[in-house]
Amino acid sequence: MPAIEPELQALKENLLDMLSLVRNQLTKCKKAIQKKDLSIAEEVIADERKVNVQELAIDRDCESILALYTPVATDLRLVLATLKITNDLERIGDNAKSLARFLKDNLRDIPGTWIEKYNIEAMLDVLTSMLKDMGEALHTADTKLARHTTKHDEQLNKYNREAYKTAAELIKEHPESGKILLTLFSLTRDLERAGDLTKNIAEEIVFHIEAKVMKHKKDQK
Amino acid sequence: MKPIEAKNINVYYGDNHVLKDIDITIKENTVTAFIGPSGCGKSTFLRTLNRMNDYIDSFRKKGKIYIDGKDIYDKKVRVEELRRKVGMVFQKPNPFPKSIFENVAYGLKIHGIKSKYEINDTVEKSLKQAALWNEVKDKLDKPALSLSGGQQQRLCIARTLAVKPSIILMDEPASALDPISTAKIEELIFELKEKYTIVIVTHNMQQASRISDRTAFFYLGELVEYGKTSELFTNPRNKQTENYITGRFG
Repeated sequence: MPAIEPELQALKENLLDMLSLVRNQLTKCKKAIQKKDLSIAEEVIADERKVNVQELAIDRDCESILALYTPVATDLRLVLATLKITNDLERIGDNAKSLARFLKDNLRDIPGTWIEKYNIEAMLDVLTSMLKDMGEALHTADTKLARHTTKHDEQLNKYNREAYKTAAELIKEHPESGKILLTLFSLTRDLERAGDLTKNIAEEIVFHIEAKVMKHKKDQK
Repeated sequence: MKPIEAKNINVYYGDNHVLKDIDITIKENTVTAFIGPSGCGKSTFLRTLNRMNDYIDSFRKKGKIYIDGKDIYDKKVRVEELRRKVGMVFQKPNPFPKSIFENVAYGLKIHGIKSKYEINDTVEKSLKQAALWNEVKDKLDKPALSLSGGQQQRLCIARTLAVKPSIILMDEPASALDPISTAKIEELIFELKEKYTIVIVTHNMQQASRISDRTAFFYLGELVEYGKTSELFTNPRNKQTENYITGRFG
């Protein structure tokens, strides 16, 4: 076994741990909504620090593998993909934290139907399922699954478009709550953006395994 | 221009079939690295390019090798002339037990050059090209064997350059050198490719990726993959190549 192998295995495991950590943040957001439990929202906020620590540790590992083992081909692509995936995951974690902060401050004061009308729980479901598939695709080197998952991003875009209409209607009905209703809309945009970031992760997995660059397809010559 | 073109080369040492159907074209002013595990045939193929294998009794070859369009195994070819045109640098520096000056001048003298001015001028130019002049200019009459390993290897390169080759073959030229001497040889190779076509056999993957434009991967006597170094080391087409360069061979 080449000396780099255990390092790459550990890197992949740490990346999968970070992915689960972020996925759990999203699952916990949904749980906090369902149970109207502010302590769960607080957990999500606290978890963000763990995500950041994990990101820094993985960055250090990547730097050390590049410096000490000079990886090439698929090994090099794994390190490059990992650097980008951790960045995407950290931003998804930030989005989860923003939602958790909103829930902590407003969950008990706003009508439960608002969150439902903005499709926030449904968006969280799509995102957690996408991230679960990403973990599976990375673990089993399944690029078919990674590619298939990118299609779910469309669903998030659709929910976000609907949320725009919802925001317009609710603000008309409840102008006194305009600030909260706009914040809710901006949170759906965050979740839609998290979908884009998950799509980026899928593209990086395909790059690692097949050496194919999927991003900016139209701009590629 | 295609300075080296090998067509359907098969080489045998007795019954041992060591090179199988090798087809390769090497462009001028490029550095081409031959990589592969020990015994894969890369050095044999390199030595076929200036007929160094002719000395081996059991050596047999089929196929054609053209250098600048001429079949180098044609009966009319003078081997000394071929080796002047296709110089070679070996793994272990092998200066003659003579002075630094004589080492570089040797090739010129055996090629019949007598003009002192021409010899002095060529020795200086060759040592400068080999990035050794500044280190030896004040001790040209000292024994070549008093130089360090890295300096001796650059002296051997200067000796090769003195007879004005167009192609330089290098068989693991830095494998016996420390990192600083290795870096000097690599820097030199990079500079020399402006004027020469260089083919290098190396076991050092990072060296191949650092200095070559194209890389050829040999395995069990076959040329498995040949392409741009930047592609071969990032996205090899062949699984065997990938396994070899990532150290997962066998």
